Amino acid sequence: MASYILRRLFIGVGVLLISSVLVFVLVAASGDPLALLRQNPLTPPATIHARAVQLHLFDPLWQRYWIWFSHVLRGDFGLNINNISVGHQLHLKAIVTARMVILSVVLAIVLAISVGVISALRHDTIVDRTTSVVNFIFLSVPVFVVGLVLKTFVAVPIDQHFHRVVLATAGEQNPLATGNFFQRFPDYLSHSLLPTMTLVLATYSSWAIYQRSTVLDVMDSDYVRLARAKGISPRRVLLRHILRNALIPVTTIIALDFAGLLGGAVITETVYGWNGLGRFFLDGVNGQDTNVVLAYLLLTATIVILFNLVADILYGILDPRIRYGKS
Amino acid sequence: MTNLPFEVPTTSANKGDTDGMDFEARGQWAMVLHRFLHNGQAMTGLLAFTLMLLVSGVYTALHPNQFSHLSTDFNQGPSAAHLFGTNGIGIDMLAQILKGILQDLQVAVLVAVMSVVIGTLVGAFAGYYGGKIDNLLMRFVDLVLVIPVLVVLIMLAHIVAQQADNWFYLAIIIGALSWTYIARLVRAEFLSLRERDFVEASRALGASDWRIISRHMIPNAIGPIIVNATITVAGAIVLEATLSYLGLGIQPPAVSLGLLIEQGQSAATTEYWLFVYPAAFLLALIISVFFIGDGLRAALDPRKNRVRS
Repeated sequence: MASYILRRLFIGVGVLLISSVLVFVLVAASGDPLALLRQNPLTPPATIHARAVQLHLFDPLWQRYWIWFSHVLRGDFGLNINNISVGHQLHLKAIVTARMVILSVVLAIVLAISVGVISALRHDTIVDRTTSVVNFIFLSVPVFVVGLVLKTFVAVPIDQHFHRVVLATAGEQNPLATGNFFQRFPDYLSHSLLPTMTLVLATYSSWAIYQRSTVLDVMDSDYVRLARAKGISPRRVLLRHILRNALIPVTTIIALDFAGLLGGAVITETVYGWNGLGRFFLDGVNGQDTNVVLAYLLLTATIVILFNLVADILYGILDPRIRYGKS
Repeated sequence: MTNLPFEVPTTSANKGDTDGMDFEARGQWAMVLHRFLHNGQAMTGLLAFTLMLLVSGVYTALHPNQFSHLSTDFNQGPSAAHLFGTNGIGIDMLAQILKGILQDLQVAVLVAVMSVVIGTLVGAFAGYYGGKIDNLLMRFVDLVLVIPVLVVLIMLAHIVAQQADNWFYLAIIIGALSWTYIARLVRAEFLSLRERDFVEASRALGASDWRIISRHMIPNAIGPIIVNATITVAGAIVLEATLSYLGLGIQPPAVSLGLLIEQGQSAATTEYWLFVYPAAFLLALIISVFFIGDGLRAALDPRKNRVRS
């Protein structure tokens, strides 16, 4: 197992290096970082030239890549367009986004598995049909629509009813809030509730649909029929035979979907005005801020690769048929 | 009840089984059609989709400029004259929504065609020849999985956001990032089809690789391709709407449902019609496509090839 994890980590670093090159080429090809400067007819050509020298725009691509990569290794990710270190900002924004994403993933997994298992166990009943339709609705509706609907038709009426902000709709925290974590906790809660709910609703449905069909497949299998025929109690069949096997495949799907979840976080942050990684990235794209975009992409790639690794290891632990490193 | 083999031959032996049920032998496609037509959810989807397409097509053909026609009815709520109200500069919302539906479908269909053609070809070659091409494809797909599609799209869409009439570029970009799923799927199908006897037989008869791929293998993999083409259509509508919401998709004066939602969101509590109707139609469009896709998936499932008559 340990050698397998080591090997996977090694491959992961390789994939990360290749994707860092790809990402760099993509960003370099996607626009001119001096475009905003050039749009102003009063900018002296000397200024543009000086800026271009400062940003190493005259150097060959591989050399620019190496300059950027050396900054990544030093942990500061270079400077942004206003000459502020990207690394520090990235750190602050990552904490904000993590607050939303981690909670959402946990809640979405719990929701998806319970909805999937329950509708499979009650398949072809009214419960199953209703949850299927609801799942389909949430599978179809784009993240930003969920966010906007919750914001306008849940938060606003509630806030108006109580004549104060119960559910905050803008920002990740009250900038004026003071005190330690526990004193600020109600404020965090008020700001996090709807964005987390948005991300959960936008994510859980495909996992729930998948979970339902896996449980149905397992229930239809010979070993479950045999277990029932042997007279094992229905409860034990459910826990030891059905669930144990049906929960394995969904781990892969969740890991593979994690990139999509981070994409959803970009939208959710935009809807609720959070100062997280998503906003950071969008502002970077709009302002042609190369180092900001690169830092975001590299961080995202790292998280996705790590998550896939964790999923593969979990898979090995959950499914005794898969034993790594014996080949 | 046991599952019978893929096709039920017409013999007196299977005219009825021990449960006293009658069976009617049908061709494969007749059974698929039968199952699809008897799937309430899929038919609802198909009906809603056709209705939206027809109404928006006919209306836009009859009133080609209505979606940008300025009137003096500013910010009117829904009424007989303006079924879905008007916006702040007096444009009829119904006309905009119908035009937006057409715009969304235009993008989505182009994306789906691109994804199916590229995905099928790449997947077919990778699955059929294996080796280096296969390795290269799978490594590329692995890389694509590392970064969220939406994030790459945002970067690329930013480049074409300034172009006039940018729906075409937008569709090309979304299509260029959407084919990998179909490619993986076709590859997996081809890996198993490659070993089948009928492929072996046609090779023994001297058929060329291209003939084997196009005449024998692709037709056998067509079911999953069709299902995933519909899912690609739904996905493309979502992606286009999301980009438009971020201001990177369809640009005014063109309209799309995502753009209308973006324009209406700030007034959602006071002039609800500016937000609710485009959002409802966007949801209806996507969900109807998903229902059709799910119905096709169920209808094409070979495990259900026995139909009670």
